[in-house]
Amino acid sequence: MHSEARPPLALTLGAVLGLLFLHLPILLIFLYAFTTEDRSYQFPPPDLTTKWFGVAWNRADIWPPLYLSLRVAAISSGLALVLGTLCAAAMARARFFGRDTISLLVVLPIALPGIITGMSLRSAFAIADIPFSTWTIVLGHATFCVVIVYNNAVARFRRLGASMLEASADLGANSFQTFRHVILPNLGSALLAGGMLAFALSFDEVIVTTFTAGQQSTLPIWMLNELVRPRQRPVTNVVAIVVFSATFLPILAAYYLTRSGEETAGGGK
Amino acid sequence: MDSAHPSRGVADRLTGVFWSRPKLLTALLIAPPLLWLGVVYVGSLAALLLQSFYSIDEFSGVVVPEFTLKTYAELLRPSNFDVIVRTVTMAAAVTLASVAVAFPIAFFAARYARGRWKALFYLGVMLPLWSSYLVKVYAWKLILAKEGIVTWAAEGIGAGNVLGAVLAIPVIGGNSLSTSYIGTFLVFVYVWLPYMILPMQAALERVPGSLLEASADLGAGGWRTFRSVILPLALPGIIAGSIFTFSLTLGDYIIPQIIGSSRFFIGQAVYSLQGTAGNIPLAAAFAVVPIVIMLIYLAVARKMGAFDAL
Repeated sequence: MHSEARPPLALTLGAVLGLLFLHLPILLIFLYAFTTEDRSYQFPPPDLTTKWFGVAWNRADIWPPLYLSLRVAAISSGLALVLGTLCAAAMARARFFGRDTISLLVVLPIALPGIITGMSLRSAFAIADIPFSTWTIVLGHATFCVVIVYNNAVARFRRLGASMLEASADLGANSFQTFRHVILPNLGSALLAGGMLAFALSFDEVIVTTFTAGQQSTLPIWMLNELVRPRQRPVTNVVAIVVFSATFLPILAAYYLTRSGEETAGGGK
Repeated sequence: MDSAHPSRGVADRLTGVFWSRPKLLTALLIAPPLLWLGVVYVGSLAALLLQSFYSIDEFSGVVVPEFTLKTYAELLRPSNFDVIVRTVTMAAAVTLASVAVAFPIAFFAARYARGRWKALFYLGVMLPLWSSYLVKVYAWKLILAKEGIVTWAAEGIGAGNVLGAVLAIPVIGGNSLSTSYIGTFLVFVYVWLPYMILPMQAALERVPGSLLEASADLGAGGWRTFRSVILPLALPGIIAGSIFTFSLTLGDYIIPQIIGSSRFFIGQAVYSLQGTAGNIPLAAAFAVVPIVIMLIYLAVARKMGAFDAL
């Protein structure tokens, strides 16, 4: 309706500067991975080199955190996929007592600051005497990943509507056949998108993790330690590029998977 | 249903049961996620509350599991109360700045961006929202470092003394940007900005173009239209966004730890108390503070209709 109107110059300038503000800082991470200076953040870099990628590859202390992060992200997003889909299916079926409470309960772990989720789990582990393990990390991650899958699935369920399921039943399919042949294919790309976003969120999470990991190190915790006590700074940049890619690519894929729908993935984190 | 066509096995019989009792299927579906969230999340929140009413024995350092308000009283000690005031002030400043920076982006995206540009704006906000939190914070460590790009650029354009003067301001200044409140503030605004843009844009998209034309027809200039028409209609979106920026700033402890002075924010207090200090009750009481502040904030926001825009 407004395509013929031209935006005021100040507004265009503000919008463009705002977007640049959001994007330029990340580029520096890439530049600093090639600097020859490893004791300070000197700008401009005195010279450029690619040796830090090799150094990072051979650093033995990077691999175990990477494996742990991948394992936690895989298990957590898997759990979140099952729990989030079930929850969305139930919410799509009927209006029932306590429905609003449940939708609040699903959103709460991500709406409240991570430190509250983290400190709550830490308190519970202390009271119940639960030792830290991979599973204590997974408990936290799966909890805040459920909402991501749920948001994606519930939007798709809404679009699916009841008529398709009724048609399937009329044609003689039982509930399980309907799930396998009607619901799952229709839900597929939304679940894939939700699963990837959940994976990205878990892979990158640091605040809740510092409370639930004990002495274990995930890749973000490794990075945090390097930030506080730096040694070989460009190596941290190489790892930062890995973490950035591991979150950036799933997000982009999730966007393209769901962009045809009216509810695009990632609208609400 | 069972009699309509011959039964072929357990799956069919279950289908019949689900059909005659639809609530049973709903209950079966909701049970696992509800159990998980109920036990893991609500259970933990209860544990947090419980711990906050315990106290620590000052001599042995052991947690005394008896109900007391002593731990909450400790929050009012000047050194602890300062932490709370500092954090709330920062959260308010960050929220106001986010509104100012987010508005042009949200308004442009909602009013003028079409087709390909619309998609570009959407991705342009969503990618920073989702990309790695820690990497974003790290990027600012590089930018604000004393030997970093800001100092270089300031000296390059001959504004080195301006930067020096800014850093010389008491309280918010410091040795370099990365060890001052200004730095902490900048990074907070950067990291939470997308959370403000998205709900703001959603609210602005619902403002009918005809209202703006009517305002112009009635003789209002750009500024008047903005103040009397756009702003009131966008307010629910702004409040929805401010819930995120405010709450996330209240609870963050990584950013002030990496970029900022050594003075604590609530998040840092929680983290160090539960870790090295081993004072879980006081850490829990500190963690309850953002919850209480946010509950008050949410109650006010609900009154102003912010939840329609979420």
